[in-house]
Amino acid sequence: MKNRIKSLFAQKPKGILSVYFTAGFPNLNDTESVILELEKNGVDLLEIGMPFSDPLADGPTIQASSTVALKNGMTISKLFEQLQDIRQKTQIPLVLMGYLNPVMQYGVERFCQKAAEVGVDGIILPDLPLHQYVEEFKELFEKYNLSKVFLITPQTPEARIREIDSHSNGFIYMVSSASTTGKTVGLAEQSQVYFQRVAGMQLQHPGVIGFGIHDKGTFEAACKHASGAIIGSAFVKALQREGSLSENIKSFIESIKN
Amino acid sequence: MSYHVNEKGFYGKFGGAYVPEMLYPNVEELRQNYLRIIQEPDFQQELQALLKDYVGRPSPLYFAPRLSQKYNTKVYLKREDLNHTGAHKINNTIGQVLLAKRLGKKRIIAETGAGQHGVATATVCALMGLECIVYMGEIDIERQAPNVARMKMLGAQVVAAISGSKTLKDATNEAIRDWINNPEDTYYIIGSVVGPHPYPDMVARFQAVISEEIRAQLREKEGTELPTFVVACVGGGSNAAGAFYHYLDEPEVQLVAVEAAGKGVHSGESAATSILGKDGIIHGSRTLLMQTEDGQITEPYSISAGLDYPGVGPLHAHLFESGRAHFENATDEEALQAVLELTRLEGIIPALESAHALAVLERLKAKPDDIVVINLSGRGDKDLSTYLKHFHFDEK
Repeated sequence: MKNRIKSLFAQKPKGILSVYFTAGFPNLNDTESVILELEKNGVDLLEIGMPFSDPLADGPTIQASSTVALKNGMTISKLFEQLQDIRQKTQIPLVLMGYLNPVMQYGVERFCQKAAEVGVDGIILPDLPLHQYVEEFKELFEKYNLSKVFLITPQTPEARIREIDSHSNGFIYMVSSASTTGKTVGLAEQSQVYFQRVAGMQLQHPGVIGFGIHDKGTFEAACKHASGAIIGSAFVKALQREGSLSENIKSFIESIKN
Repeated sequence: MSYHVNEKGFYGKFGGAYVPEMLYPNVEELRQNYLRIIQEPDFQQELQALLKDYVGRPSPLYFAPRLSQKYNTKVYLKREDLNHTGAHKINNTIGQVLLAKRLGKKRIIAETGAGQHGVATATVCALMGLECIVYMGEIDIERQAPNVARMKMLGAQVVAAISGSKTLKDATNEAIRDWINNPEDTYYIIGSVVGPHPYPDMVARFQAVISEEIRAQLREKEGTELPTFVVACVGGGSNAAGAFYHYLDEPEVQLVAVEAAGKGVHSGESAATSILGKDGIIHGSRTLLMQTEDGQITEPYSISAGLDYPGVGPLHAHLFESGRAHFENATDEEALQAVLELTRLEGIIPALESAHALAVLERLKAKPDDIVVINLSGRGDKDLSTYLKHFHFDEK
């Protein structure tokens, strides 16, 4: 079975622009419009955040968007409903990102099955540790042809990066620095050293850099060292500007690409 | 059955270390080193000296004559309320701060609900000359002003957690986020037997001094190390873990954990996690926690800020599911009555948390020759304004 993530990286090994947004934000039923607008504006890969009450790895912007989304009534079931017909409208690779507890309550197998059914390509669960995934869930993810994307950080030792690489499929999410999401201090020199170190490891899977990527400058800097970069908090902020959803998305993506 | 943590960090199916990769190096560093460091002779020497001369251990095991008479059984109180800073929390912060120093950490962070753990952390940081940042829910900062003042007096920076419900769970989230952002120089002192492995086991070991002492003291007073009941309140469960620890493998000792029922277990305002909680993941640990059907963590309620945590330590989840401990609960009202009862019968004003343990005395149906040990985890100074208001002692 074809996996859209693998096809994307095969066709476009450099300069991939990936965008994260929180499902159910700003409005409950914006999911489809956000996906289609992002694709129309030339984004390559999407991460759809499944909101959680206690998102440990996230900074204030994504926390706040999650709170609003939950208040709006977003749930995993609701999200799958919204994505039911998405593959009739777009072939952009879709990755679901969220925390383990809501997925556990939904049922991990049921979650994988439903994700595959609606055409999701990959899953990121930052608080599902590698060994737990390998022991309990890897078979399940493979059965449903879902890419499991893992995070690595500047503190991840080389041996562990190689282990993560061996259990990944799709891409490796390179967290740019020791931080939660949404820090906008730019990419420190230390980060550059880490990017080069990882690039030098010749991993089996492409790396995509995220956390702290918020404008054209940081996007381009990240792309020098990896296959692409992920923008999250800056995009979530852009959705809160005055103006229509489609205008906000268009102007934000243009500011990154042009 | 084993009630101790296994080599993978689990108690039965509960526990583990469900942390984002950003925290993996820190948690792993701790996991690899905590047992070795704790067992080093110079660590033990420093710890024991501080517990004795600074904390004031051993804490007395007090036979409560009038309480015993009233319930027609032998009631002993383990007087953790007499520790420096007024609760059992300091047993753990002393241990962890010594560990942090040996790991070369310069900056200490902690979460706190009622402020007892925050005060105990600020205290040991002052003692060791370490920078201290305490995360506390904005709502708790308002309702626990005396402890906020104590922390500031001790030189700690108190940071308001303004996310989510702005209480203990959110303070814990903020502390974890701080740790993610400061992975190299920072040590996170968790205050209860919660969080990713090895925290539940480590905190239980530092609190285990409570049951170690109970055994020796009972031998002296009763000629046996084994009481009929050990009773302790449970929020996250650190004082209960300490009081139970050396009795886990003594099946004839009945362990009684008392949760906060708030306004009634099914009132919608409760913190009785064993009844209301479901298997899930909170703060890096698989355990029982209060949540919606969709897996969103809900906000518990108790009049006692130290018991309103939506989860329970994985050890306790395992003790509950295996039946090794019996779980009881007490409402706000029952706890308040128990406060007044102990105050008037024994001249001891207990903390609201500890009063939950006292409140189930009647329900134990203890026989005259039974020995009941109640862990009096803290003193009531911090709760005086609540008591004054409730019992109308503030009326002119």
